[in-house]
Amino acid sequence: MTKNPSDDLLRKILRESKTFACVGVSMNPVRPSYFVARYLNLKGYRVIPVNPGHAGKMLFGETIHASLTDIPQDIQVDVVDIFRRSEHVLPIVQEALERFPDLKTIWMQVGVENEEAAKLAEARGVQVIQNRCPKIEYQRLFGELRMGGFNTGIISSKL
Amino acid sequence: MTENPSYGFDTLQVHAGARPDPATGARQTPIYQTTAYVFRDADHAAALFNLQEVGYIYSRLTNPTVAVLQERIATLEGGIGAVCCSSGHAAQIMALFPLMGPGLNVVVSTRLYGGSVTQFSHTIKRFGWEAKFVDFDDLDAVRAAIDDNTRAVFCESIANPGGYITDLDAIAGVADAAGLPLIVDNTSATPYLCRPIEHGATLVVHSVTKYLTGNGTVMGGAVVDSGRFDWSASDRFPSLSAPEPAYHGLKFHETFGNLAFTFHGIAVGLRDLGMTMNPQAAHYALMGIETLSLRMEKHVANAKKVAAWLEQDPRVEYVTYAGLESSPYFDRVERICPKGAGALFTVAIKGGYEACVRLVDSLELFSHVANLGDTRSLVIHAASTTHRQLTEEQQIAAGAAPNVVRFSIGIEDADDLIRDLDQALAKAAG
Repeated sequence: MTKNPSDDLLRKILRESKTFACVGVSMNPVRPSYFVARYLNLKGYRVIPVNPGHAGKMLFGETIHASLTDIPQDIQVDVVDIFRRSEHVLPIVQEALERFPDLKTIWMQVGVENEEAAKLAEARGVQVIQNRCPKIEYQRLFGELRMGGFNTGIISSKL
Repeated sequence: MTENPSYGFDTLQVHAGARPDPATGARQTPIYQTTAYVFRDADHAAALFNLQEVGYIYSRLTNPTVAVLQERIATLEGGIGAVCCSSGHAAQIMALFPLMGPGLNVVVSTRLYGGSVTQFSHTIKRFGWEAKFVDFDDLDAVRAAIDDNTRAVFCESIANPGGYITDLDAIAGVADAAGLPLIVDNTSATPYLCRPIEHGATLVVHSVTKYLTGNGTVMGGAVVDSGRFDWSASDRFPSLSAPEPAYHGLKFHETFGNLAFTFHGIAVGLRDLGMTMNPQAAHYALMGIETLSLRMEKHVANAKKVAAWLEQDPRVEYVTYAGLESSPYFDRVERICPKGAGALFTVAIKGGYEACVRLVDSLELFSHVANLGDTRSLVIHAASTTHRQLTEEQQIAAGAAPNVVRFSIGIEDADDLIRDLDQALAKAAG
């Protein structure tokens, strides 16, 4: 299920989530992680950047934090979006579950998969998406990729 | 949450890419006849120009009517995205452009549309590109032709003019072993008869002018990307894997993943080569595609009947249709194009060149035109027209020898076509 999430599930996550913590986001504007985080911010999501190499600097109007644990208590994160290699995912997920008792979704970017971490999160009732990009899914599901001639897989006669 | 539903070909050819127009509710896809699109604000404009958001800027790049056609063709081919352009010839350049550069080459089948042979053997040399022509039935020859400077392998699925069927699985295997993309021109087969991506093709190109539109009205081309090729696996495809100076050093493949080739086709290909499809053409093509499967069934049924009749006629030397058991390509039909071998073939007439010319001039129902894939049945003497620029050796290799006539069988009554051929063959023999 988590490796092949339905469009309905992805739509629900993207509609109901308000805040993404982006772990491993780059400050270089042509890096894919910057692209994704900036896009989510453009679409109205609050993006909390996490990157120990740039802790204390600002990105998209938010302070960059060294770790998920360092994110201030008053910030409610809905999605932890992971831009790290698969082998580094487990401790990030453990930390996320510890820090955010009400976390709804763990999202691993394209090329990132970790079954052990996914099982751990799912056992806690957290939805897990692996090997997908929230930017591409948002663009695909809400009509944007259609403007570029991409195969969105969406068939509907509804207005 | 349930799995996404999967739809059949007939549903997709009507619906894919299209939804009721969000502005008006119009059920048919409107023709968006506009050159430019208003930005919401400066941030929106900046995001579009930086490729951070997908949207409409200027119709040289993207247009809502053309976008529907692109998604429809991409979906029918099982690709991830498509870029439409002004003609099939434009599509070939659009497919090669991101892969090639001065001193580089493409390994190409000898069995190609004559215009493609000319484009590849002469015109692309002016870009510093080279085409190496090989018999694609000889896999060792294909392997031997690939060298360090090769960047793609190119063939037609059902090859013009003879209706020969390329063993796409075998050729894809050779390309894959060399770490190269296979480009398949699927014009003569259409995705209803053949889906090259399922046989390992990286890119599929089309002349949308032919069966997809289907009634000889508009010019158009398309490049479909499978989304399966790893452009960053080597340093051979820097347009996709290396920093792009025109976009502040963005790397297309790294940034857009399996959408990279299509993004590049819009953001660099259409932007700078400008071989854009116009929205009127996209409209006609969309009208055509809605009935693609229905027409292809009839094209194939007619082609089988007409080819079988011609083959048993004593005035005919041979018929190349792969749907006939006598064809050396008959065994490939079920594997490569299980719904039929298309409706394009050549016929060798006893009496050679002179008889061919008399036959063409004597046909009443068949139209003598340089086109294929029309609802009308078409005929042409390839050696003196479509394949005229080729040497006689190239003509024979392409299946367009002086003693053969090419037929594109339409969707009329097959018996009427046979009656016309019968009277014309009588005059040709005279």
